[in-house]
Amino acid sequence: MKNKVWMFGMAMLTIVFWVGTTSRAYAAPADAKSGSETTVKIDNFSFSPATVTVPAGTTVRWTNADDIPHTIVSDDKSFKSKALDTDDQFTYTFTKPGTYTYFCGLHPKMTAKIVVQ
Amino acid sequence: MKNSKHHNAGEVEVTDRILHDHNHDGIDRRGFLKCMAWAGTGAFCVIKGGVLSSYSLGRFSEFEKHAAKGELSFVQISDSHMGFDKAANPDVVSTFKAAIDKINALQTPPAFILHTGDISHLSKPAEFDTVDQLLKTASAKDVFFVPGEHDVLNDDGKQYLERYGKGSQGAGWYSFDNKGVHFVGLVNVMNLKAGGLGSLGPEQLEWLERDVKHLSKSTPIVVFAHIPLWSVYPDWGWGTDDSAQALSYLKRFGSVTVLNGHIHQTMQKVEGNITFHTATSTAFPQPKPGQGPSPGPMKVPADQLRSLLGVTDVNYVQGRHALAVTDSDLV
Repeated sequence: MKNKVWMFGMAMLTIVFWVGTTSRAYAAPADAKSGSETTVKIDNFSFSPATVTVPAGTTVRWTNADDIPHTIVSDDKSFKSKALDTDDQFTYTFTKPGTYTYFCGLHPKMTAKIVVQ
Repeated sequence: MKNSKHHNAGEVEVTDRILHDHNHDGIDRRGFLKCMAWAGTGAFCVIKGGVLSSYSLGRFSEFEKHAAKGELSFVQISDSHMGFDKAANPDVVSTFKAAIDKINALQTPPAFILHTGDISHLSKPAEFDTVDQLLKTASAKDVFFVPGEHDVLNDDGKQYLERYGKGSQGAGWYSFDNKGVHFVGLVNVMNLKAGGLGSLGPEQLEWLERDVKHLSKSTPIVVFAHIPLWSVYPDWGWGTDDSAQALSYLKRFGSVTVLNGHIHQTMQKVEGNITFHTATSTAFPQPKPGQGPSPGPMKVPADQLRSLLGVTDVNYVQGRHALAVTDSDLV
């Protein structure tokens, strides 16, 4: 009796473990770009490219090439960088699909967006 | 009476004097506009009681000998950007010292200094400390500040308030009186919205309305804030979204002077009884509106840098209509 209970328990554990590992594999899109990085350059008081489209799970890396500091502030308050001086960088990983508009907190006329699919 | 040359005793040549009073209100608007054009070529314009004089010289002290002494004089400095070290000016400490030297060369020490913001470049404590140390060598011991967007980074202005916000409200706005002139320091660099310009916000606007409500309309008003309170060049963010409402509270006053910074060049505008003036930076120049890819630091030949940086002297003579606002470069 004890053996059967133990084997049943082990079987359940094994199933749970197997489902756990495989479900992780299925959560990430089977796309070559997933988990990759894409760059946005800040230069001449503008973000470029102004619109970036990426799959969920992508990390966006902003680099400030301007000779003046900038910040990156999302309109929905989901991300906000510290002040970035020349050559400083900020990264954010987008896990949820959606359109994320953002701007520079120092120079709010600078606007751009990340479209996450 | 028009464009008569005359020489004063001594080395100063008064090149032009205009007296047109078409509106019979003591303000020579056309002459003022002409004077503004001269200012771009390095001349001084002085408005005293509606009479405009221009002086083609480059030093404060000589000008002072021949100018009527105001009852109140103070200096505006702006955009020291302590910590900036890029090509447009690798040594902002030296140029800030040169600005203080200019102030200290005034025969009559100014009553106080107004700093219209961007004190620091990256809101770093050491940057603020350096400015404070250097200001201790100025002849005027009282300094009044308003923050620029570079002063409120990373902490929503908490450090700025700790250092300079004593006695202020909200994000650091306040008012004070000196020799019958009412001074108002406004903050328009907080809570900036995507795609927007500078912003005062409803709380500050309500405070301003109350603050000036009971003043007699003959009280001269001086408003100082970092970003221009008029639309200099919206494409580059050079303006304030809700400044019109602020100015509506000041329309009834006979003399209003608005002093701003942020654009790193002098610019002037007169609108009824309101005179707007922006100051040069003590750190680096920026391009004229639209004359460059962006409003960032503008590199010029090293021997031209100091001619594009400066301080502003303001004189008030009781009973006169407008304050005399004079820019001086650091050459």
